[in-house]
Amino acid sequence: MVAPRYALRDSGTMLGRQLRHMLRYPSLTMLLVGMPVVFLLLFVYVFGETLGAGLGGVPGGRAEYLAYVIPGMLAVTVVACSGSAPAILVAMDMTEGIAARFRTMSISRFAVLAGHVLASLIQTMIAIGVVLGVALLIGYRPAADFAQWMAAIALIALVAFAITWLSVALGLVSDSVETASNLPMILMLLPLLGSGFVPAQSLPVGLRWFAENQPFTAIIETLRALLAGTSVGQTGLISVAWCVVIALAGYMWARKLYEREPVAK
Amino acid sequence: MTPTEARPAIAVNGLRKSFGNHAVLDGIDFAVPAGAVFALLGPNGAGKTTTIQILSTLIAADSGDVRVAGHSLIREPELVRAAIGVTGQFSAVDNLLTGEENLMLMADLRHLGKREGRQRTAELLERFELVEAAKKRLSTYSGGMRRRLDLAMTLVGDPRIIFLDEPTAGLDPRSRRTMWRIVRDLVADGVTIFLTTQYLEEADKLADRIAVLDGGRLVAEGTPSELKRMIPGGHIVLRFADTANLERATSAFGGGVRDEDGLSLLVPSEGGIESLRVVLDRLDAESIEVHGLSVHTPDLDDVFLAITGPRTEEQEVL
Repeated sequence: MVAPRYALRDSGTMLGRQLRHMLRYPSLTMLLVGMPVVFLLLFVYVFGETLGAGLGGVPGGRAEYLAYVIPGMLAVTVVACSGSAPAILVAMDMTEGIAARFRTMSISRFAVLAGHVLASLIQTMIAIGVVLGVALLIGYRPAADFAQWMAAIALIALVAFAITWLSVALGLVSDSVETASNLPMILMLLPLLGSGFVPAQSLPVGLRWFAENQPFTAIIETLRALLAGTSVGQTGLISVAWCVVIALAGYMWARKLYEREPVAK
Repeated sequence: MTPTEARPAIAVNGLRKSFGNHAVLDGIDFAVPAGAVFALLGPNGAGKTTTIQILSTLIAADSGDVRVAGHSLIREPELVRAAIGVTGQFSAVDNLLTGEENLMLMADLRHLGKREGRQRTAELLERFELVEAAKKRLSTYSGGMRRRLDLAMTLVGDPRIIFLDEPTAGLDPRSRRTMWRIVRDLVADGVTIFLTTQYLEEADKLADRIAVLDGGRLVAEGTPSELKRMIPGGHIVLRFADTANLERATSAFGGGVRDEDGLSLLVPSEGGIESLRVVLDRLDAESIEVHGLSVHTPDLDDVFLAITGPRTEEQEVL
């Protein structure tokens, strides 16, 4: 075992390396931040009028849909950033000779993966900031107070943390960078098959059952309650529990995959 | 002499490794004294890279007792990792960073202080002739520069045992010579070097001891001169103007390998002046006319033919 104090220092070193990569390879960050913004504008300005009318509220329309769709949009942003980028970057790393070098050095094995996770978390939170900024610009006015804002941001960070570990594992299990960029697509569907864009009650029976019980519905409903300044109730606990389970499972899977022998060339 | 220097830097006993049903290493034993250069020689697929991957903790052996820097590979891999440096066959550099950043990354991972890390980085850039390219991205580096940076990265933590997997494969003659000089400098500092190569010449120039790996077994081990004595190796090729002379020469030398189309005869020889004189004297005595002659010194092919290949009566050495 490497001394714990080194595990922390090595993680910091690896984070520094990943942040440098981000600066050297800005197109990925730009794509990750840009895509949710385009989605947001698309849903508000193209589908918003009609979807808003379907919500059944009194005024209906675009403004109401904007308020409705933001939590779902934030979930999509998290999945798009934390779900895909780490998988791609980890898979790229593993195909390079430097991964073998790290394995033959006396550095914490945890640190190599932790660097990816921390850098991805930063990337995701930047994207969340941009999406929220654009939302405010186009007229989004949430009723949340300071504490509710903090709680919402903490929950988003927790979801991002959980999805990132899962994504790191997907990157490790992929035998190529192409596979690593395709596998997380399944995750992308989850926020869409829930209450993010339309109420779950409007879905057909089988799909509704799935929507009501999958983690993203709880997460999106919690965010919706926090941002609207209403009480959260049980969904908050369910969301946190889902995040802990996903994070732990992702971490343990990633750890196991990383410690497996590299395939002999 | 401290106890650390007295015991071998690397000790391998009964090392075995299979991938599926294929035994890549079939029970090999050797020891590398501290401060020595040990070359593992062998053709592609002989198990050289697998050996390095096991000794450098990258993959696990199926069985065998291996100690590196006095530490067991199985029980104390972290202590082994702290003592070694590895430069593999595929460049282990970070392509998105500059040369300097790559070295600083290694300094941080070796837990050097900031000042010490910068100092060591500057020193290595200088020594490996990378000062001008230090702040450039690796995409602008040539193959030789990458290889030098790769080795420089390995040296950041001042490891006392260094593994080099085919350090000169694919390099041009000048880069190859630079690499040889670097290895000699390391040896002068008392570093133990374990290298693999396909080139007999390279092993001959650098190594104190050479082991020949073939089909997962060590088929020979010794100093370069011991090994050369074991290997009869070279031959003389005699070319004739017609089949009559070829026939007469064949009987004069009691065999040899004939090439009817090329009208030539391959006579085994140690390659020295003396054996050449014996051949010429015999041709003279029999009045055989020779059209052309060339002398071939032992190369890796001869080594393997001699050590591993079946010996036929025709290849009797003069």
